[in-house]
Amino acid sequence: MRLGTGGQIDRETKLSFRFDGRYYKGHPGDTLASALLANGVRLMGRSFKYHRPRGVLTAGSDEPNALVELRSGGRQEPNTRATVIELFDGLRAEPQNAWPSLKFDALAINDRLSTFLTAGFYYKTFMWPAAFWEKLYEPIIRRAAGLGAITTKPDSDAYDKGFLHCDLLIIGAGPSGLMAALTAGRAGARVILADEDFRMGGRLNAETFSISDMAASEWATQTIAELSALPNIRLMPRTTVFGAFDHGIYGAVERVSDHLPVPPEGKPRQILWRIYTQRTLLCAGALERPIAFANNDRPGIMTASALRAYVNRWAVSPAETVAVFTNNDDGHRTAADLIARGVKVAALIDTRPDAATVSGTELLAGAQVIDTTGRLGLTGITVKLANGQTRKLAVGALGVSGGWNPNVALTCHQRGRPAWDERIAGFVPAGDLPPGMTVAGAAEGQFSTHAALAGGAEKAVRALTDLDIEATLPVLPDSEDAPTRITPFWHVKGDKRAWLDFQNDVTVKDVKLAHQEGFRAVEHLKRYTTLGMATDQGKTSNMGGLAVMAELTGQTIAQTGTTIFRPPYTPVAMGVLAGRSTGADFRPSRLTPSHHWAQEQGAVFVEVGQWLRAQWFPRPGETTWRESVDREVRATRGSVGVCDVTTLGKIDVQGRDAAAFLNRIYCNGFDKLAVGRVRYGLMLREDGIAFDDGTAGRLAEDHFVVTTTTANAVPVYRHMEFARQCLWPDMDVQLISTTEAWAQYAIAGPKARKLLQKLVDPAFDISNEAFPFMACAEITICNGCPARLFRISFSGELAYELAVPTRYGDALIRRIMEAGAEFDVTPYGTEALGVMRIEKGHAAGNELNGTTTALNLGLGRMVSTKKDSIGTLLSRREGLTTADALNLVGLRPKDPQVRIPAGAHLLEKGAKAVAANDLGYVTSACYSPTLGSYIAIGFLKNGQARMGESLRAASPLTGEDVEIEIVSAHFVDPEGERLRA
Amino acid sequence: MIINHPLLGPCDAQEFVYKGDFRLIDRPDGMAESAEAAFFDYLYLRENPAGAHRELWFHEQGDRSWLVVTRNTVTHEITNVELARDVARSMGRSR
Amino acid sequence: MRYSGFRVIKEALTGHKGWRPAWREPDPQPNYDIVIVGGGGHGLATAYYLAKEFRQHRIAVIEKGWIGGGNVGRNTTIIRSNYMLDGNEPFYEFSLKLWEGLEQDFNYNAMVSQRGILNLIHSDAQRDAFIRRGNAMILNGADAELLSRDQVRREYPFLNFNDARFPIQGGLAQRRGGTVRHDAVAWGYARGADQRGVDIIQNCEVTGFRIENGKCMGVETSRGFIGAGKVGVAVAGNSSRVMAMAGMRLPIESHVLQAFVTEGLKPVLPGVITFGAGHFYCSQSDKGGLVFGGDIDGYNSYAQRGNLPVIEDVAEGGMALFPGLGRVRLLRVWGGIMDMSMDGSPIIDRTDIDGLYFNGGWCYGGFKATPASGWCFAHLLATDQPHPTATAYRFDRFERGYLIDEKGMGAQPNLH
Repeated sequence: MRLGTGGQIDRETKLSFRFDGRYYKGHPGDTLASALLANGVRLMGRSFKYHRPRGVLTAGSDEPNALVELRSGGRQEPNTRATVIELFDGLRAEPQNAWPSLKFDALAINDRLSTFLTAGFYYKTFMWPAAFWEKLYEPIIRRAAGLGAITTKPDSDAYDKGFLHCDLLIIGAGPSGLMAALTAGRAGARVILADEDFRMGGRLNAETFSISDMAASEWATQTIAELSALPNIRLMPRTTVFGAFDHGIYGAVERVSDHLPVPPEGKPRQILWRIYTQRTLLCAGALERPIAFANNDRPGIMTASALRAYVNRWAVSPAETVAVFTNNDDGHRTAADLIARGVKVAALIDTRPDAATVSGTELLAGAQVIDTTGRLGLTGITVKLANGQTRKLAVGALGVSGGWNPNVALTCHQRGRPAWDERIAGFVPAGDLPPGMTVAGAAEGQFSTHAALAGGAEKAVRALTDLDIEATLPVLPDSEDAPTRITPFWHVKGDKRAWLDFQNDVTVKDVKLAHQEGFRAVEHLKRYTTLGMATDQGKTSNMGGLAVMAELTGQTIAQTGTTIFRPPYTPVAMGVLAGRSTGADFRPSRLTPSHHWAQEQGAVFVEVGQWLRAQWFPRPGETTWRESVDREVRATRGSVGVCDVTTLGKIDVQGRDAAAFLNRIYCNGFDKLAVGRVRYGLMLREDGIAFDDGTAGRLAEDHFVVTTTTANAVPVYRHMEFARQCLWPDMDVQLISTTEAWAQYAIAGPKARKLLQKLVDPAFDISNEAFPFMACAEITICNGCPARLFRISFSGELAYELAVPTRYGDALIRRIMEAGAEFDVTPYGTEALGVMRIEKGHAAGNELNGTTTALNLGLGRMVSTKKDSIGTLLSRREGLTTADALNLVGLRPKDPQVRIPAGAHLLEKGAKAVAANDLGYVTSACYSPTLGSYIAIGFLKNGQARMGESLRAASPLTGEDVEIEIVSAHFVDPEGERLRA
Repeated sequence: MIINHPLLGPCDAQEFVYKGDFRLIDRPDGMAESAEAAFFDYLYLRENPAGAHRELWFHEQGDRSWLVVTRNTVTHEITNVELARDVARSMGRSR
Repeated sequence: MRYSGFRVIKEALTGHKGWRPAWREPDPQPNYDIVIVGGGGHGLATAYYLAKEFRQHRIAVIEKGWIGGGNVGRNTTIIRSNYMLDGNEPFYEFSLKLWEGLEQDFNYNAMVSQRGILNLIHSDAQRDAFIRRGNAMILNGADAELLSRDQVRREYPFLNFNDARFPIQGGLAQRRGGTVRHDAVAWGYARGADQRGVDIIQNCEVTGFRIENGKCMGVETSRGFIGAGKVGVAVAGNSSRVMAMAGMRLPIESHVLQAFVTEGLKPVLPGVITFGAGHFYCSQSDKGGLVFGGDIDGYNSYAQRGNLPVIEDVAEGGMALFPGLGRVRLLRVWGGIMDMSMDGSPIIDRTDIDGLYFNGGWCYGGFKATPASGWCFAHLLATDQPHPTATAYRFDRFERGYLIDEKGMGAQPNLH
């Protein structure tokens, strides 16, 4: 019910919203939880295991109970905490994990069966018959488990990412955070103040005491106003710092549009900020913990501070009559605040016999709540008085205070482990905090407002002093400075179930059972009972569980220890972690210089790493890709074809020692290569396995151009830089990657020269005599355009590769097509390229698969033994040079029209298809239009000695089994006459 | 992580590619007598310490320097960053 | 005590008074026939099979912290045997077969769920490689199935079939792959070993090996010297640290691999899926959380935690594959220490020190290997001969050039 006055809500404005099919009204400033409570709704969810009715437990992000499905369709968001959702007009939320309805949930039967469903019961049963686990038990369990649902529709909203830098990051805008920001802001430091709430001020918004003769929330508002006026401070409300990573990098999520029906045009839903900071001050406050007692989980039972927050900040009381159950003085403050706001407090139940009295209600000192009633919401509690008598009280809400846990999570994201502090009966930050982090206020166990303000100011000054920024301590405003008085009390003893983890339904009994069965280490306790594994990650439950375990083992809580706090502090949407890198923008697309031209031709493109390359160029009338590819191959071999090969890596190598350097990088010799000549080179990894192949052309005595495969352009460059800087640092050699600086086209086929002669400027003679196979030169084309020409051939035809600065790439392809029209020049894509290289038996990525050696590739003799080049030595290891080593061979099907599947394994005819009979595998296969037959290449044990033998290429996976003949991999023009023509 | 590049100042570790133990600088002579054993040791065996580790990082999306970074493998604290070329020279490597 | 549905009901009706500790908490004896260093999945499985299958006695497992606290307690729970190379596939298939009967064998429900694993294909070259792998699996007696794009779509209609940067072209499925409740594996083996007399000693850290005349006599621990006829080390993640105490350097680096779980969801993902154009693999636990992982961070680390770039990279992979994940919230990120070996494959072998045996180098593959690793290590410890499926996992394969490099990445551990 809404109280008549007060609260930080805009009573003038009404917002309409729907929950569980019913419409309600609330106000700006409300959360979904406060608005529901204002409308008398206490039942908001169901628990995970027993499907017990659940209402709010907290008023913040630690809420384990009031989880709803928010919005719908591509925006449906499961497990959203009603306590942090800002109310907006038109909000729609549905209950989750309840069927058929929230009020009547069929699976609440589990609650009746709870004696059978104790911690870990599933480890002991469901094993017979074996097949039933997957067929019967598991599907039932899976359906019953889980919390909310997603629709699987793509998320409708966008997310952004950004970087922020500052001197001081302050996490939490409560009293200590605000005071720290004020201190640091006035000193001129670059400050970020981040707070998860939509209204900064922290607990100040939920308290009634005053600061400097004004209401605490008013002081907060004024302070925030001063801070907003400082240009060096960035205030970030609705921003959760979720993780402390290495070297002062923090992850934070800003919820830009979650408080709106839909994000405004052009705005993201959320932003992931990576905050790079010199120093961090954690002012994250503390979280109140409950006390376990029988049936302490009914809707209407919540932490005392939550009850206080609902009354003070939102002017809402969950019921007309309430009670408070506490073991510390803070519970008294709750009672006093409620009374002051006109809520009837039936009693203040304090476990301490010596508790001080409070005016306006009856104090039951030395008493305990031993049971509660109310199926869908609290109707009454039973109190056991100090004298042993019991008393029943009719109340609709109960505030429980078991003390406060400093919010230490972020202090533990690296190596920090908190230490037990008897004074507050809680864990406080201890050693090994993330470097640069300090803690102030309630987060370090300083619970009074004065201590928080003082701590914030002092810690800020200290952090800035560290950074050589002069800062002065401000005059602190007057504020309350009450001591912390608590007598630890964790659970009321009894036979009935008393909840520790409200979401996962872990009770004191479960902890006892875990102890009984030997699961006593805190990590075993957690994993066996699921204590602390709920969506609040133990914020409301762990402490109680540890305390009960400590009691059982006879150890102290300090000895028992905690489980590890891990990121994220509160759950983070996957969408914001991915940002814009989704869908077609998952990774960058690199386009070749001829891309737009190829698009105009209607090319089909294929992803090659990040590149998009033309795969083939369909012509009107062609109905299958094979038709196009066969045509491209025939046209190239019959006249001339052109292919964009820009994606191949290019590395410029210059310096006096360039030749000597390449001689060590390639396993074959390069020091004697003449200027104006190109050589095929094979690079090995240091372990002797083939790394990459390509060519190196010598443009001048001290200048080479190295090409690599597309896939290895980056790794080869990195490798060469390693060799240059680390292995031979005094060689005179310089490297630069020029892959994207040059557009390069392969022009291949018997008419290639004729075509080129139309482009190359007359000063350059490219006749066969002047420019033979494996020649290279820097030339000009098209009246002065600088170019490089290499007479190399991947297709096996008379072929050239012509490179021009990338900006001329588009123009060049158009000129080539124009000039080549008379020869019917045909553009070809990666498919035809692949067919022609298989026809020639050239190795490519499928053969250079990271496990094959020069010997396997038939290039064993290239490995020079006369020099120390990378990989030479280890390539000679026994296991890489066995007599039955794999050799690259050609494969022809007995029936030319039967395809050989790539990935098939080679077996003797008649041999059983088992691993022991495996002789090798097919790496690359295609239809050869040149031979009118399917062909393939692959690796065969001792293959060189098996030429002419008949074997099988068996692919049981695809249901193929093809009789094949072993042949040379050089299917077309084995003598190489064409390429020298 | 942030690597304080000796030439460029603090750079995000995302700009770098990691290789491993800096002893990979100390490539044996492939033509030497006992080269096989030396190469096996060089390429395959690692100290892999829990603590200070000198390791090679390549500034691939930066100035393309190889660096030797001294980083604690337990805390991730970086205590020293050097140009690998300088380290290589100090280890006697030249041409 | 035998676990059964009947027993659960009986205990429920009698107040759960009868349950006993799943394992004892014995003090260490002065000496044992066999001491296993490391109370993780592999160490516990080794002890279990030593006692059960190889009839060994006087066995202890020594654990510096709590059992099951290493990678068996922090993995992404996937089991599969979809390997390609001769050195690996028989071993992992043996392991999968052991998973299939494990729960009945050790009388503990580890929730072995053969819901299938699907590796997606995004390019022709990838399909060729997967066909080769699938055939290798079949040749080794495992199951494999090649799916077309449409077949994948029928099973996983919500994957990105619209605007993917790397469109899904098909997949290689292994229907017998799946998931297991990881902690329960450690507990099941521990309980089974304990029942067969194995002493499981927690909070006992090995501080050194006592080696005399080239023979290992036992281990120095934080609870005193423990003599042993044979010592088997199974401490993947910390292998280098522990074996350094025996003066050994290993072909291993320690790296951090992060793993992730989301808030609980109603069932959405039937099996395990692996993205082929980015590093992302995912399944849904019986409790409802999506459990997923990606690349290792890539630098040597013993910190059991990683950094933000990999978290973002993995989320990008997840969203690229499954665009409906946007509003699912990541609940927890943790890190484990991977024993990344020089060829991506493990080592189960004797050392040059008599009586000292080693099991490690599991890279990502440790969890699925747990049963076979335990069995094969037990075989080696008991018989001094490698198990037939683990003959390739030798120390000297690097020196001799018999590498088992599934990914073809060479001596660069962070790329395996």
